[in-house]
Amino acid sequence: MSTTTPGSATGTAPRSRRRRTDPVYYLFLFPALILFTLAITLPALLGFGYSFTNSMGFGDWDLVGVRNYIALFRDEGVVSAYLFTLGFALVTVVVVNAIGFALALGLTSRIRLQSLLRTIFVLPMVISGIIIAFVFQFLFSNSLPAIGQALGIDVLSSSILANEDLAWIAIVVVTAWSTIPSTMLIYIAGLVTIPAEVYEAGAIDGATGLQQLWRLTLPLVSGYVVINTILGFKNYLNAYDIIVGLTDGGPGTATRSVAMSIFKGFSGGDYGYQMANAAVFFVISIIIAVVQLRITRGKASFGA
Amino acid sequence: MSTSTTLPRPGVASDASPAPRTPRRRPRRGTVLTVILLVCSLSVIVPLLVTVSMAFKTGAQAVDGKAFSLPSPWSLEGFVEAWDLTDFPRAFAVSVFVTAVSVAGEIIISALAAYAIVRNWDRRLFRWSFFYLLAAMFIPFPVVALPQVRLTGIVGLDNPLGVAILHIVFALAFNTMLFTAFLRSIPIELEESMRMDGASTTKVFWRLILPLLGPMAATVGIFAFLGSWNDFMMPSLITSNPELQTIPVLQQMFQTQFSNSYNVAFASYLMAMAPAVVVFAITQRWVISGLTQGAVK
Repeated sequence: MSTTTPGSATGTAPRSRRRRTDPVYYLFLFPALILFTLAITLPALLGFGYSFTNSMGFGDWDLVGVRNYIALFRDEGVVSAYLFTLGFALVTVVVVNAIGFALALGLTSRIRLQSLLRTIFVLPMVISGIIIAFVFQFLFSNSLPAIGQALGIDVLSSSILANEDLAWIAIVVVTAWSTIPSTMLIYIAGLVTIPAEVYEAGAIDGATGLQQLWRLTLPLVSGYVVINTILGFKNYLNAYDIIVGLTDGGPGTATRSVAMSIFKGFSGGDYGYQMANAAVFFVISIIIAVVQLRITRGKASFGA
Repeated sequence: MSTSTTLPRPGVASDASPAPRTPRRRPRRGTVLTVILLVCSLSVIVPLLVTVSMAFKTGAQAVDGKAFSLPSPWSLEGFVEAWDLTDFPRAFAVSVFVTAVSVAGEIIISALAAYAIVRNWDRRLFRWSFFYLLAAMFIPFPVVALPQVRLTGIVGLDNPLGVAILHIVFALAFNTMLFTAFLRSIPIELEESMRMDGASTTKVFWRLILPLLGPMAATVGIFAFLGSWNDFMMPSLITSNPELQTIPVLQQMFQTQFSNSYNVAFASYLMAMAPAVVVFAITQRWVISGLTQGAVK
């Protein structure tokens, strides 16, 4: 017979403190805990330890204190990777949320072909980032220049992927293409929870379409804006697949993200140094998440 | 105000609001918006059509790099060559293996942990475990990637199994959170009556809890599938033997060695996309409702 329930079966609310836990529960919990500890906690601690060494990833190493960290802040390549990644994440979050929200509004309105249109707009979500990046790489380096030449637009007449100042735009476009669907779906989830009475009341008070959008819809989905911003930022800070597929960090190092700089360091043989880079990256990610939660506190609970 | 005839945002206010004056006008507004959305949808459709069209060209035609010309004649030679170059059956088997292990592992391991945590929330160990697992949501993969590459190499997991395990671990936090939120809403009385009949905790889990988790498990499963099938970063770093690489990673070869055989490259991209698109077509109803549910939790 079960060892846990008979005593507490009647009184669920004030559950007895002395209740014995069925040992099977430990077996249920431990696979997750053990896997997590071995695959994340242990590597994280090891990596942090190595960040104070001059390890090359193999062979002997010496402790070098915080020298890696100091060198990191003087390393122009690393600093520019951070600036690029942060700027890219910021722009992409804004672009993706604006378009995702607009599409969600459109797709929840009274339109024809609603389910067909939803299906089309969700489709990019199921396609691998690296593969769509390869497809767009072809379009950006062959088709767009051809169009640019035909129209006589100078900027577009050569591949923007080879242009140090413009390559990032291509990366934003493709990242947006591939991540707008999930953002849009979250907004749709938010929009369908708004009761129709809200708009009826607004209409009675004489709110115009735009006023409704600003005064009613946006405040009511603010919780979803928060979710999308936080998830999006976290996602874009780790940008890797799409950049590899489009520019591989080039031209030069103009579009090298932090993730790429960490990985490239591995093959380059400065393991300890890149672990210091990873530790800094971790701290920055946490700071950004905390700042976002602080700014948006109170709103997050609304509707989400 | 007296302006109640101006309709609110199209469609958001329901038909319930009586607007007897304008039964003919409403569909027209919907049509305009539909047309706008259809035009926007070209940005999704065109790159995919280009992929299909390029894939069916002959090598001789594709070499000009013109994206918007139709194949003439239609040809399967790209597919034949891509099939051989990527050793498609083997790559497909590797991808299916990684994806299957990830999907099953993510559902079962997270569900077990979530069940144990919810039913023992008054125990410190279980409560703390929950927050411990949750921390993973804040650890970016690049941060722990290099030590993971070394560790998986040392213990002999620098292969598809290792990739699947890492997929499971990185999704653990989010999945466990989804499952715990859902399990909290299941009344305990349900399982208590089953326990009165003498069922063990294990039996309760398999017979009652897992079936109840069904809709949530479907959501977790679909996202596990998409994440695992499409991933590039993890297999490209973890798997050391190129013969055991997943389909997305193999596509890199067309960037270097065969860079002018566009028809072969695009045929290969198409074969890589197709399974996910097919699965999506079959399950799209759950995908869409699943994500919207997950967001609400």
